[in-house]
Amino acid sequence: MDITRAEICTVACADTWRDAGEVLASPIGLIPGLGARLARLTTAPDLLLTDGEAVLLAEPTPLGAEADGTTEGWMPYRRVLDLVAGGQRRVMMGASQLDRYGNQNISRIGPWDRPKVQLIGVRGAPGNTVNHTTNYWVARHSKRIFVESVDLVSGVGHDRARRAGARFHDVRVVVTDLAVLDFTGPDGAMRLRSVHPGVAVEEVQERTGFPLVVDEVEQTRLPTEHELELIRDVLDPAKLRDQEVPA
Amino acid sequence: MADKLTTVDEVVAELRDGMTVGIGGWGSRRKPMALVRAILRSDLRDLTVVSYGGPDVGLLCAAGKVRRVVYGFVSLDSIPLDPHFRAARQQGGPEVSEYDEGMVLTGLRAAAARLPFLPTRAGIGSDVMALNPQLRTVVSPYDDGEELVAMPALELDVALVHMNRADRRGNAQYLGPDPYFDDLMCAAARRSFVSCERVVPTEELLESGPVQSLLINRIHPTGVVETPRGAHFTSCAPDYGRDEAFQRRYAASAEDWDAFRAEFLDGDEQDYQAAVDAFHAKAAGV
Repeated sequence: MDITRAEICTVACADTWRDAGEVLASPIGLIPGLGARLARLTTAPDLLLTDGEAVLLAEPTPLGAEADGTTEGWMPYRRVLDLVAGGQRRVMMGASQLDRYGNQNISRIGPWDRPKVQLIGVRGAPGNTVNHTTNYWVARHSKRIFVESVDLVSGVGHDRARRAGARFHDVRVVVTDLAVLDFTGPDGAMRLRSVHPGVAVEEVQERTGFPLVVDEVEQTRLPTEHELELIRDVLDPAKLRDQEVPA
Repeated sequence: MADKLTTVDEVVAELRDGMTVGIGGWGSRRKPMALVRAILRSDLRDLTVVSYGGPDVGLLCAAGKVRRVVYGFVSLDSIPLDPHFRAARQQGGPEVSEYDEGMVLTGLRAAAARLPFLPTRAGIGSDVMALNPQLRTVVSPYDDGEELVAMPALELDVALVHMNRADRRGNAQYLGPDPYFDDLMCAAARRSFVSCERVVPTEELLESGPVQSLLINRIHPTGVVETPRGAHFTSCAPDYGRDEAFQRRYAASAEDWDAFRAEFLDGDEQDYQAAVDAFHAKAAGV
């Protein structure tokens, strides 16, 4: 069976939790949710995962299934917010807009007082990005999302974090349906780390609204046999992953 | 011992135009919706609403009751965005104070402790500062010298929360997995009102949950209301889950607000609950 783009993305998301240690994983979105579960079963066995509400589960449950496993703890919203402040958490958020330094917008598009599109609000993005490791997931890599300048900074990027002296700021990686990007370019600029198999460097640049730092671009790694088994047979037998990244 | 039992309409009669009202719950979870519906029926206006926002904010915006919303987000959970809040914002109103979720918690904690502000790191470097020009920072007086947000106390005139059980004195209990911030809302408010699924004798409170589930004690509430299914259509675990079909109907009402209002909101709470039953009976083809 051919390895799908969704499976490549899942493993790339899972790798963002590899060195996280004993912290709460907070994945937003389907593929990050699958990635966090996969990391928990492979490279990051100490991760904490919730049922999506207030219960910590001892074992990851399949995507979309009712959580009926063993409970290992209590994590209501108030505790999550306290964990944010304490730093023992690693999130993967979505982004309506993202710029070259990792400034992210999920609040609104257009003028602040009368937005063209009112989105969800800044949510936890300001607190997440100045308190603990934050990564992003973008299911459709496009110039609408990767913009020269975001309309409103919800999640703090490297340029602003530096100016504000945000000592716990740690925005690391963006995984998209095309590529994996990081912020190891000059002054924390976005750099193309790897392209997924079958994707050209030029295509990523064409679908990005600012020049990417491009030096040695690798190919995103393939899932191992064991990872494929876990994804296909254990964690996502219903193939919900294909809804977010079509084959 | 004071008997604080009252009704939704008596609670709303205690509110005044221009008040700052904290609403408990979270998104589309355990919201005091019967009290919100009673506000919709009232003449109240120009309210400032402090909320981890859900359809409470959407309904109050749709009905033109709100001057300002103070929030970290407004979401229906299974539907990411509330269409009424969205439409109201895109038409140029109401005013908003948009904060990080943790900043709302910090502001409530400051009010509960009668402090003018509490320092927090959340907000630093983001546009939350520019969005809220009244916000100030504070510099640590210790050797680190870190600059932090001085989150002002979110003082509430009134808090409205919905719980699973309560007694007539104002001791109130949550039975679901998450208390949200309802006790803090009450502590941050001058007066607070608790609606609940069922009022029970005090000696029966521990029949449903452990002592730790008694989230709110009678120090805070000035009124207790029994409103079965009073959180509908938000979830109120374990008594009931979210009414997803009705929430979808609500979300679609951005297109036909007057019809939605006439069908569900113009009568009293009993009429509302009957209309919800009729909605489901019709959908089931009964």
